[in-house]
Amino acid sequence: MEWEAVIGLEIHAQLATKSKIFSGAGTAFGAEPNTQACAVDLALPGTLPVFNEEALRMAVKFGLAIDAEIGRTSVFDRKNYFYPDLPKGYQTSQLFHPIVGNGHVDIQLEDGTVKRVGVTRAHLEEDAGKSLHDEFPGMTGIDLNRAGTPLLEIVSEPDMRSAEEAVAYVRKIHSIVTSLGICDGNMAEGSFRCDCNVSVRLKGEQEFGTRTETKNINSFRFIEKAILGEIERQIDLLEDGGRVVQETRLYDAGKNETRSMRSKEEANDYRYFPCPDLLPIVIEEDYIEQIRDSLPELPDARKARFIEQYGLSDYDAMVLSGDHHLAGYFETVAKNADDAKLAANWVMGELSKHLNANDTAIGDSPVSAEQLGGLLVRIKDNTISGKIAKQVFEIMWAEGGSADQVIEAKGLKQVTDTGAIEATVDEVIANCGAQVEQYKAAEPDKRGKMIGFFMGQVMKATGGKANPGAVTGILKKKLDALCD
Amino acid sequence: MFDKTLAELAQGLQNGDFSSVELTQAYLDRIKAEDGKYNSYITLTEEQALAQAKAADQARAAGNAGAFTGLPIAHKDIFCTEGVRTSCASKMLDNFISPYNATVVEKFNAAGAVMLGKTNMDEFAMGSSNESSFYGPVHNPWNTDCVPGGSSGGSAAAVAARLAPAATGTDTGGSIRQPAALCGITGLKPTYGRVSRYGMIAFASSLDQGGPMTRSAEDAALMLNVMAGFDERDSTSMQREVPDYTADLSKPLNGLTIGLPKEYFPADLNPAIAQQVQNAIKEYEALGATVKEVSLPNTHLAVPAYYIIAPAEASSNLSRFDGVRYGYRCDSPVDLEDLYKRSRGEGFGPEVKRRIMVGTYALSEGFYDAYYKKAQQIRRLIKQDFVNALNEVDVIMGPTTPHPAFKLGEKTADPIAMYMEDIFTIALNLAGLPGMSIPCGQTDGLPVGLQIIGNYFAEQQLLNVAHQFQLATDWHKQAPEGI
Repeated sequence: MEWEAVIGLEIHAQLATKSKIFSGAGTAFGAEPNTQACAVDLALPGTLPVFNEEALRMAVKFGLAIDAEIGRTSVFDRKNYFYPDLPKGYQTSQLFHPIVGNGHVDIQLEDGTVKRVGVTRAHLEEDAGKSLHDEFPGMTGIDLNRAGTPLLEIVSEPDMRSAEEAVAYVRKIHSIVTSLGICDGNMAEGSFRCDCNVSVRLKGEQEFGTRTETKNINSFRFIEKAILGEIERQIDLLEDGGRVVQETRLYDAGKNETRSMRSKEEANDYRYFPCPDLLPIVIEEDYIEQIRDSLPELPDARKARFIEQYGLSDYDAMVLSGDHHLAGYFETVAKNADDAKLAANWVMGELSKHLNANDTAIGDSPVSAEQLGGLLVRIKDNTISGKIAKQVFEIMWAEGGSADQVIEAKGLKQVTDTGAIEATVDEVIANCGAQVEQYKAAEPDKRGKMIGFFMGQVMKATGGKANPGAVTGILKKKLDALCD
Repeated sequence: MFDKTLAELAQGLQNGDFSSVELTQAYLDRIKAEDGKYNSYITLTEEQALAQAKAADQARAAGNAGAFTGLPIAHKDIFCTEGVRTSCASKMLDNFISPYNATVVEKFNAAGAVMLGKTNMDEFAMGSSNESSFYGPVHNPWNTDCVPGGSSGGSAAAVAARLAPAATGTDTGGSIRQPAALCGITGLKPTYGRVSRYGMIAFASSLDQGGPMTRSAEDAALMLNVMAGFDERDSTSMQREVPDYTADLSKPLNGLTIGLPKEYFPADLNPAIAQQVQNAIKEYEALGATVKEVSLPNTHLAVPAYYIIAPAEASSNLSRFDGVRYGYRCDSPVDLEDLYKRSRGEGFGPEVKRRIMVGTYALSEGFYDAYYKKAQQIRRLIKQDFVNALNEVDVIMGPTTPHPAFKLGEKTADPIAMYMEDIFTIALNLAGLPGMSIPCGQTDGLPVGLQIIGNYFAEQQLLNVAHQFQLATDWHKQAPEGI
């Protein structure tokens, strides 16, 4: 039996407004509990919401970026349920008339295939607060700082057929919202999180299978793992003659598995109805056009430009343009080094390797784009070799400082002084009589390969600082002179 | 002194006949001596009132007195008052000291008014008789065996019993006009959006509107001058200029066209009510108005539609009272569900629970279209009825209530009978229109109210129409026996 997965995603992107969606309280992350919650956020009796127009601008930007219909009249609805960190007893959201309607994004897979994924809708809503279960034994603490933070919930069509496609889609949306500057994209702080709807069916079948929803996954890696695990779990269930239960599941990153949170039967009846405290949002064409004119460069356009302007390969351009911050970093390095290809190799090579190994976001890289650019300048002007540059980078990453400071402090400057190199070469030739004899005895066309040994000895003697090009030239000249 | 209207008291303060401190103290003393009979106040704010009065006298001495400086009023206990218990007449908020002022309260404070106290009401403004209050029922000053109407029953009784010259009220389905009628005072429900709802504890957000309850139309105009206006904290308040509501009071009524909806004079209408209202219409004709029959064909659908929409909104608005952050919390909850169930079960009274359940049902999956959506469609029809009628006439008149004040306990066992008390007032809230009730006669010693309905934002005209009647008659000057 060949199975096929069907995946649809709901992404919650926290909008980067200064104040909350319906109150004047601040939205900064990490403040002392309940210090960023005003009377409205606390849902004191008599308080009323006032819509933050900045959130609207941001939602419209997103809609335009994914070529979606913009809801000319959108309406806030109340989603009613009880939970201690939901102060009003309802979440203000948009069910019936969302701000963003049908749109789409194109995703590119590793093998180069491009696929279009539909976005059903994106709507504005407020976030809930946080329940703290561990800090207070036997009790639950409530922190309402996050309550009322604006979210854009982006709902995809069930268009994805593999975890790879799903991750590519999430990355694409992440790239769009960060490029637009409407979301900081910080997944660890929960600014960008994902609910995964997964079902499986036999290949060729038209009907969808029963789906499960795995909630609040906050890293690309976990999204992939959770989906892979869920697909496998459902296939195992079905192949064993069982059936999939429609339910909400939680992903446990520690155990790398999903587990049931609540079934459909336990699900709330949210009793949605239009919020009578807020007027419908009516948008004029002018408003939309003004925002359209102010849109920054989007990832697809940026990728095309990287190919055009920097002569990057399709793959390199895709990787470097995909993340807003990475793209900015790359362009700064390229500009400072005045060499886009060298910059691309280093950003995708050494830098990415270090970022991944240390689980560090590009924005938190200890080596700044300017510093990396400075390092590449020293490769290009032959101050150091590419190999030494990796050592220098290592030190810059661990200890900080500019490339020049590190090169100076560690004495890693490449020796290009031919007099000094010649002296070392003479010394090596004098000390390696046996090898010199072998060299002399060899056929002239084999000698090229044998130079490597002498090269190694010279480098060893100079601590790797000798300019390899210069060493090769001098060695060849001196050895060949012995053969005559 | 207690018979004086706000306008007269303002004149007295201006003339130096008495100070605001003297006036305030006199009212406080009278409330303490007399309110045992009516239970019209939940909280008396004596200390604060005297401090405000003192400040008002100082402002006047310094030449900084405005039209409202030093005038004492009472606030319905639905308006949040900083540092003062704001209970909404519910056990749920018996311990709630508001940390902020409602916009309406803020405006009165800024105008130099003195707050005497917080008046009794139906719990969360849900009721037509003021019998659902956690603090006990209010008694009608005209006959203490009778109800004062509701939900602003405390405000109406306090003004009628001369325990306040004027008070604020709120009107969701008749809660200003109906008690005004039953207590023989003047009540105005402004156009939806005219007065800020910020800090006015929500019952049904799309229907609630604050307004004045006074002894005369002129006083209502003075009150509305303070209360009305756009508030950036209330998205449903209207960005529209506030006129001087006293400016048009003396305009003659020549050429005024009054519409009488035939649906407001059904065959089974209480004959005494019908008679008094007809007499008032004759008075208007004598003042130069002409009368025309109009039709509001969907009137019979107003009560059913209202009792879907209002409870639906209430069921959601009252979800915040969960025992978590403020208000009543049950003793030793064993878990979260127990906390919710018992805090709400013990904190809310039976009428509030009934409406939460009705509203929850109406919004439930599978019932939404049949109830809530249908009710909203009816709401549009009702609104259209008024728009059509007001294209033909300037104002619409009819009885405010189908009966005079009824006996305490008479309708408590029959919620539907209680709901039908609002049959003439409810449609207006669904349409968002302004309306007034003014005293226009009596039957068996109980007052009868005339309802005057105007077009959107036509409060000035309503006040003019009411004031001209009050110049020609003295029903509004009548006091209950012994007061």
